[in-house]
Amino acid sequence: MTEVPLSRNTALLLPILGGVSIIVAWEFLLPVLGVPAYIMPTPTAIAGVFVKQWPLLFSNLWPTAVESIAGFVIGNSVAILIAIVFVYSRIIQAAYFPVVLFFNTIPILALAPIIILIFGLGMTPKIIISAVICFFPTLVNMIRGLNSPSPNEIELFRILSANQWETFWRLRFPRSMPMLFSSLRIASTTAVIGAIVGEWIGSDKGIGALIIQATFNYRSGQLYAAIVLSSSMAICLFLLVAFVERKVIRYA
Amino acid sequence: MSVAIKCEKLNVGYRNADSTITILSNLDLSVPAGEFLTILGPSGCGKSTLLRVIADLLQPLSGSINVFGASPDDARNRRQIGFVFQDSTLLPWRSVIENIQLPSSVGGHHKHSISGAKIKSLLKLMGLEELDDRYPHQLSGGQRQRVAIARALIEEPKLLLMDEPFGALDEITRDRLNSELLSIWRSTGTTILFVTHSIIEAVYLGQRVMVMASNPGRVLKIADLRDIKKKDLVIEREDPRIISAMADMRRALEAAS
Repeated sequence: MTEVPLSRNTALLLPILGGVSIIVAWEFLLPVLGVPAYIMPTPTAIAGVFVKQWPLLFSNLWPTAVESIAGFVIGNSVAILIAIVFVYSRIIQAAYFPVVLFFNTIPILALAPIIILIFGLGMTPKIIISAVICFFPTLVNMIRGLNSPSPNEIELFRILSANQWETFWRLRFPRSMPMLFSSLRIASTTAVIGAIVGEWIGSDKGIGALIIQATFNYRSGQLYAAIVLSSSMAICLFLLVAFVERKVIRYA
Repeated sequence: MSVAIKCEKLNVGYRNADSTITILSNLDLSVPAGEFLTILGPSGCGKSTLLRVIADLLQPLSGSINVFGASPDDARNRRQIGFVFQDSTLLPWRSVIENIQLPSSVGGHHKHSISGAKIKSLLKLMGLEELDDRYPHQLSGGQRQRVAIARALIEEPKLLLMDEPFGALDEITRDRLNSELLSIWRSTGTTILFVTHSIIEAVYLGQRVMVMASNPGRVLKIADLRDIKKKDLVIEREDPRIISAMADMRRALEAAS
């Protein structure tokens, strides 16, 4: 079967319609099905929480946003730097990549309490947890990206007597961009998850802390509002990365 | 006439722990400066390997090789060698003009700036004037190869090595680029070594055609077509002398395989 490509407007409209249809169904089906509000409040009830409790929500959004963005920047920067070291030193890569792999297999929920024990209850451990969660996918993708020039491209640079610095900046680094941005897109959403996990384990502020407090106090509307807020923030970060990607990768 | 390339008893291959795999065996070759030499042979006969040894991309196991009286390493560092690959090897993040300017942006202390006038005249020569700000994905296969040739020619190399540059193109585009390449060669006087699988391309382009055989890679014969082709004479592909030379090449290739 041949698929007819969607027009630009239709492609934009369809996800909006999809989302709206679910919200409408959610709004009108829940009372009909008799689902109590403390289990699942209606979208209008959640919107009401946004209106009434915006100062509280905003004051908790702020620390999570700072932790997520700082974790995103630090985790990805460290991953890029270590990938460069690994690509230029096979010996260091052979010695330390398995260690990094082992580190990555530790569940973040097991690692988070250790990081909080070491760094205390401030923002630092949340930033580290967020950075750790971003680190590994970017490291793996960046290593692959930096190694992705074709044999002909490497030969072309050799014929031009390019030094290592030039081969890096003019060939390997730009070649790695599509793979780097694939992992940055993933990291933009996982960075928020990392910060929230950190806040769950030890914090009295941030969206993670708000989620815990709302759950224990049966404030379902607030819980759902916190979820919507964290998802919205993750989507904003994702869209920002996608925007930068379009500016950086102008080809293909 | 000065000699562009001189190879003597050239052996190229790979040494394993317990054996040596020979790709080129005892190859002797002398190419006068300004010649257009085409290299024809079956897959695996070492045609591309020979170009890579001349370009200092591979080191021979034994034998000697000189490029304009110096080592390939020297010739490469002096920017005397241009190389065109089968795939255009254009960098997708650079526009046409930026790809052509690549040699001026890499090469450590060997690089030097290229004047705008020179780039303009080369764009005109290659028929790329209207395409200078396009990106490789916006070009056809033939246009991409034109850019690759322009990039190889921008520093006016004395030697142009071409590894099946038109192998992936349709026949009409290939014929057109062949004719354009001949006129570039006539106007620049660059020595060209051109590897191809195509008998007609080898005969149409080359002043001499080197036929190679495989297992191990060696020179089977070198056919001299200079008598039927003068440097300034445009010869038709359908010329009976070209047809007869092609038949000779075909017989040589069939005998080799």
